[in-house]
Amino acid sequence: MSTVLSFFNYWVVVALMMIGFYCVIARGNMIKKIMGLNLFQTSVFILFVTSGKVTGGSTPILREGVELYSNPLPHVIVLTAIVVGVAITAVGLALAVRIQEAYGTIEDDHLGDDDDDERLALEARQRR
Amino acid sequence: MNIVDLMPFSVLVPLIASAVVAMLPGRTLPWALTFLATLISAVIAALVLPAATDVTLSYPFGNWPPPIGIEYRVDAANAFVALLVSGMATLALLWAPISVNREVPKRQGPFYALFLLALSGLLGITLTGDAFNVFVFLEISSLATYALVAYGSDRRALLAAFRYLIMGTIGATFLLIGIAFLYMMTGTLNMADMAERLPEVRDTRSVRAALAFIIVGLGLKLALLPLHLWLPNAYAYAPNFVTIFLAGTATKVALYVMLRFIFTVFAPDYSFVVLPLATVLMVLAVAGMFAGSWVAMFQVHLKRMLAYSSVAQVGYMVLGVSLVTAAGLTAAFLHLFNHALIKTALFMAIGTVMYQTGSAKIDDLRGLGRQMPWTMTAFALAGLSIIGVPTTAGFISKWYLILAAVESGAWWLVGLIVLTSMMAVVYVWRVIEAAWMTERPANLPMVREAPLGLLVPTWILVALNFYFGLDTRLTVGAASAAAEVMLGSGVSGVNP
Repeated sequence: MSTVLSFFNYWVVVALMMIGFYCVIARGNMIKKIMGLNLFQTSVFILFVTSGKVTGGSTPILREGVELYSNPLPHVIVLTAIVVGVAITAVGLALAVRIQEAYGTIEDDHLGDDDDDERLALEARQRR
Repeated sequence: MNIVDLMPFSVLVPLIASAVVAMLPGRTLPWALTFLATLISAVIAALVLPAATDVTLSYPFGNWPPPIGIEYRVDAANAFVALLVSGMATLALLWAPISVNREVPKRQGPFYALFLLALSGLLGITLTGDAFNVFVFLEISSLATYALVAYGSDRRALLAAFRYLIMGTIGATFLLIGIAFLYMMTGTLNMADMAERLPEVRDTRSVRAALAFIIVGLGLKLALLPLHLWLPNAYAYAPNFVTIFLAGTATKVALYVMLRFIFTVFAPDYSFVVLPLATVLMVLAVAGMFAGSWVAMFQVHLKRMLAYSSVAQVGYMVLGVSLVTAAGLTAAFLHLFNHALIKTALFMAIGTVMYQTGSAKIDDLRGLGRQMPWTMTAFALAGLSIIGVPTTAGFISKWYLILAAVESGAWWLVGLIVLTSMMAVVYVWRVIEAAWMTERPANLPMVREAPLGLLVPTWILVALNFYFGLDTRLTVGAASAAAEVMLGSGVSGVNP
C-alpha cells in the first residue's frame, strides 16, 4: 500500500502517458490526436516536476527559518517545455484548419490516399 | 576575437536574422539576408573545425561555469557536423531563389525566416553540451520544418506535415522522457557532467529506461527503418528547396545526437552492454537498406523514390555505428557527409526537372535527356555516386564501410552492402532509361534546358561529389577524428 501511495505521482504519469499515447495512435480525428499529444506531453511535465520534490522541503523561495528547499530547476525546465508544447499545439491546430479547408474533413483515415497528380492539377485549374 | 567566443554566433546569427527576415518585404531582400546569415554561420563553422580537432572547445553562456550554466561544447565530431549542416544550407540557398519564386510566390519573408529557424535549431542541437538544450533546439528546428513542409504546392503537403508533426512530437517527447530520467538519476543536465555521474547509478532500471527512450525518440527523428514513415511523404510534397535542405541536414543531425548520447553520455561499454544495441541497430540498418532500396525501385514519383533511398542510406550509416569500432564509426561519419552531398545533388536535379516540366513522375521524364541534357547528366553523375562507383564520394563511404565490416569479421555484410548497391543501380537506371532511351511522347510538352541559376548549384554539388571522391584528406581525416572523439570517452567506469 505504501508503495502505491508514495509513488502516486508516477502512477498518474504512467496512466496519463498511456491514455495520451493511445489517443494519438487510435483516434482518426486530428483534434483528438492533438489532444492526445497534449496529454502525453503533460504527463512528462508532471514526471519532471515530481523529480524536483525534496521530502520535507518547502517551496524554493528564500525566507527566514527554512532550511530545506525543493529543487526549483525542474519547474524552470518544465516552463520551457510547456512553451514548446503550446507551440506544437498551435502549429498542429493551424495545420488541421488548413486540412479542413483543403479536404473538407479532418478524419485521418484513408485521407489523401486516393489523391493523384492529374486530379489535383485538374482541381487547381478549375479553381483558377 | 577568440575562436571560442565566435563559436555561438554560428547559431545566433541565423536565429537573430530570422526575426528580421520575417518582416522584410519583396523577394530579393529576404533571400539576400538569409544567404548572408547562413554564409556567416558556415564561415564560423569552418573556422571552428580546425580549432576543435585538437582540443575540446567550451563556451559558457553568461559566464556561468558549465555544470550550472549552459555551455556549447565543440569537439571534432560536432564541429564536423556543424560545418556540414551550415555548408549544405548555404549551397541549398544558392539553388533556392528561382525555385522559391515559383513555389512561394508571395510573402517570402516568413518562409525564409522559418528556414533560418530550422537551420539555427539544427546547429544548436549540434553545438550544445546541454541535454535539455538539445530537446529545445530539436523542437525549434522541427516546428519550423513542419511549417516549411506545409508550404508544399498541393494539399498532400498539409497531410504530410501533420503526420510528420505527430510522429516528430512523439519522438521529441520520448527524448524528453529519457532526459527526465537521466536528470532524476544524476541531478545534472550538462552532458559531460552527466557522463561523469552516470557510473554511480548505472545499474538502475531508470538509467536503462532512459537509454531506451532516447534511442527510440532519436530513431524517429533519424528515420531508422520501422520509424521512417513520416519521411517519404514529407520529402515528396515539401517545396523542392525544403526537400533539398532537409535531405542534406535533418537526419544527419539526428544521427549525430544519437551517437552523442550512446557514446559520450552513456559510453559504449555501457550502452552496448545493457541493451543488445549492436544487434538491434545492425538488424534495423540492414532491414532499412533492403526495404528502402526495394521500395525505391518501384516508385513512380521520383522525389518519393529518392526519399526511400534516403531511408536506405540511413541504414548504411547506422550499420557503421552498429559495428562499434573506430573503423565503423569513421564510415558512419564519412557516409553522413557524403550522403548529404549525394542526396542534395540528386534532389537538386529532380527539383530542376520539376521546375521546368511541373512533374516529377517517371513517365513525364521520357525523352528528357535530349531536351535537358545538363540537368539529366547531373542526375546521372550524382546517381553514380549513390551507387558507389569509384572516383565518387559514394564509393569512398561504401569502401570504408566494407573495410570496417571486414575488420570486424562480418564478411556477410560485404555481400549485403554490394547487393543493396545493385538495387541502387536499378532505381537510378530506371530514370536514365526513361530520360535517354525512350523518345519524348508527342502528348508531353517540349521543354528547354533549365535556367543557369538552377544548373550551376546542381553542378557545384556534382563537382563536390567527384572532388571528395578523389581527394579524401579532408573528409576521411575529419571523420576519423570524429570517430576517435566519440570512442575516446570511456567514462562510464565499466571495465569491458
